[in-house]
Amino acid sequence: MSVPALMSRTSFVELNARERARALLDVGSFRELLGPFDRIESPWLARQNIVPQADDGVVVARGTIGGVAAVVIAIEGAFQGGSTGEVSGAKIAGALELAAKDAEAGKPIRPVLVFETGGVRLQEANLGLAAMADVHAAVVALRAHVPVVGVIAGMIGCFGGMGITAGLVSRLIVTKQARLGLNGPEVIEQNAGVEELDSRDRPLIWSLTGGEQRHAVGLADDLVADDADALADAVRAAFDRGAPAEHASERIAFWRARLDRLPAAPEGMALRKLWTGDRP
Amino acid sequence: MERFELRFSGNAPLVGRAHVGVVASGDLEVLMEPANETVVSVRTSVDGFEKVWRATLERFFARHPVAARIEINDSGATPGVVSLRLAQALERTKA
Repeated sequence: MSVPALMSRTSFVELNARERARALLDVGSFRELLGPFDRIESPWLARQNIVPQADDGVVVARGTIGGVAAVVIAIEGAFQGGSTGEVSGAKIAGALELAAKDAEAGKPIRPVLVFETGGVRLQEANLGLAAMADVHAAVVALRAHVPVVGVIAGMIGCFGGMGITAGLVSRLIVTKQARLGLNGPEVIEQNAGVEELDSRDRPLIWSLTGGEQRHAVGLADDLVADDADALADAVRAAFDRGAPAEHASERIAFWRARLDRLPAAPEGMALRKLWTGDRP
Repeated sequence: MERFELRFSGNAPLVGRAHVGVVASGDLEVLMEPANETVVSVRTSVDGFEKVWRATLERFFARHPVAARIEINDSGATPGVVSLRLAQALERTKA
């Protein structure tokens, strides 16, 4: 990005969840469902001496994208690491299920998931896990009718059960700052030791799970600069392109063949060479 | 976590309501709504600072004697950040 472009853009990474939802919807169309004044917060956090947030860290907004009815579900990464609890999970799943109802009834709907999360909220473990299953089922039900678009901007990225959700969407948009994975680097280090993965080695972490790498090996569809307008354009373009003939997560033989060729010591650039040109 | 309620004698009516901030490290969430009497409910992750909260809020209401119901969810914000978030919320109620 040139210096003037850098100075004049609005960083999407720096926006909070509500501002991100607003940035992706057509100007003036933002309307929040279950907003902070509805006070649907986590009933579990205060009992564990953790300060809750009035929207439980998920913003659900209706509006339009490219003039078509849309719902943007944006996760607030700064609150409890964007973790999915009972309430935040139910908000995500509920919004997707309502969108599926619209789609089944033949009403146009453009669903967008803006990820920024480490996955299930450990303080609400089982309820968060149950919500995750609802979210996965809802994405699969919805994508049969309309494309579901995912955005990972960073800097937290998208891990855990939400990493699976990102794998289920019709089209995934990432920035260079994004990360995508199942177990986060800290979890891997804690379980397998620092010799296996040094979670403080940022170049190493981004070379494996970063947005540029995930795009290069075909795990993300679009790599976009950290610019709110550019991301809104990419989301619109993703819907205009429509759903893929076959979703990436349905191509089981393709992914299995890739894993069969996995080198003993996977390394970012080697994987890129091995897998580039071999896009799903 | 500590929670307490503080009362002030504001009487200037608010035009609308506003929500600002995130319960993120060093930040806080403020919900501000019109009300007949001024009550501030605070939930904070840092225990033992009720006096500092009272002083910070007294300074805000001395300058802006609004009648408002305010809820604060705090994750260790400094008094400076608290003052800025309150001023931002008040500004947003006018939008």
